[in-house]
Amino acid sequence: MGKFLEILKRDLRLAFHQGTDSLIVVAFFTLTIALFPLGIGPDQEILKESSPAIIWVAALLASILSLNRMFETDYEDGSLELLCVQPITLEVAVIAKILGHWLTTALPLIVISPILGFFLNIPWEGYLGLLASLTLGTPCLSLIGSVGAALVLGARRGTPLLALLILPLYIPVLIFGVSAVDALIQGNSPQPHFFIIGGILLGGLALAPLATAAALRQAVE
Amino acid sequence: MALFEARNLKCCRGDRTVFRGLSFCLEEGQALVLKGRNGSGKSSLIRILAGLLSPVSGDVIWEGETVFNEPEEHFQRFQYIGHLNAIKPTLTISENITYWVKLHGGKLAYLTKALKKFDLENVLDLPVRFLSAGQKRRVGLVRLIVSSSVIWLLDEPATSLDNAMIEQLENIIRDHRKEGGIVILSTHQNLKLDDAIELQLDSF
Repeated sequence: MGKFLEILKRDLRLAFHQGTDSLIVVAFFTLTIALFPLGIGPDQEILKESSPAIIWVAALLASILSLNRMFETDYEDGSLELLCVQPITLEVAVIAKILGHWLTTALPLIVISPILGFFLNIPWEGYLGLLASLTLGTPCLSLIGSVGAALVLGARRGTPLLALLILPLYIPVLIFGVSAVDALIQGNSPQPHFFIIGGILLGGLALAPLATAAALRQAVE
Repeated sequence: MALFEARNLKCCRGDRTVFRGLSFCLEEGQALVLKGRNGSGKSSLIRILAGLLSPVSGDVIWEGETVFNEPEEHFQRFQYIGHLNAIKPTLTISENITYWVKLHGGKLAYLTKALKKFDLENVLDLPVRFLSAGQKRRVGLVRLIVSSSVIWLLDEPATSLDNAMIEQLENIIRDHRKEGGIVILSTHQNLKLDDAIELQLDSF
């Protein structure tokens, strides 16, 4: 557990020193969302109806943008290969790295999402649902994405490849994340949708670290 | 029974067989120097011994038991210095080293002594990005002294070190062997090691 916290602490410290990485993700998220009102025009009803979907799709894209940072610098400076020969279970180390990545890239998105929701004229009933679905859904994105981030290590043009590989796997999270918010706005119970995202989260927590660790061992070979 | 042993190792990279039928036995305090031209498999052999690369066939054995069954126990046993230094440019020297010591286990009390040996105590709180290539290499090597691992796996440890530091490295390796440690290293520079076993990889 101490070693788990050491890895997490170091990744947070590194993110703090290189604050631009997190800022770029937040700026990209904001900018993508700001494009929709410009494109759709001043029709408040359309914006209102599509606002949960817009925010969720932007969150998906922002997550893809941030994923290549998860292991790439460690891979390039030799930290990853050294991490693979430490007396710590690699799967546990991977969970620490995913948690660090989520805290530094996804959490800021969740924090600013209500402001962006306000721009898109999201109905009042939707705010809590949006926060809850993003809080439950973005860890799924980081978990699923970690597998892709580990697989494309060392590949040429890794980021576009990563997007092609991972975006299709994000679809279930997107569908149930948006429908949870929609259910709340329409006055239905969001519970079934949250249960399904929770299920994906638990499944990802059990499986993704195994797959990611295997891909990392392959990458450093 | 030898302490650390490689038995009949075969290594392939792509379709090419790098070496086959490679064996050696090492006892306490012995050093093995890997020689051979570029591409003869010096780094590959060190990576196999570290468990980073799986051999096609053959076995690595510690006290009569294969190390691949209990990888985490094996990882505790050695320190690995690769081509890259595994240090973060934005963190300070002490932050960089402390992290690896906490993950691997070792005595942080030795840190001051270790930094003195590598002449780094004055730049302790400087971010690593301000250091020269040789200084960065020294930061990587500090891990050796702070750790309490028996085996040292060193892949070209003397890269970008000046003559005084190469001599210091020779002293440190000598001290480690006196305490019963095993050193396996590859080098193009002529590091002076007392009665080290040479392994010519070209012939495998």
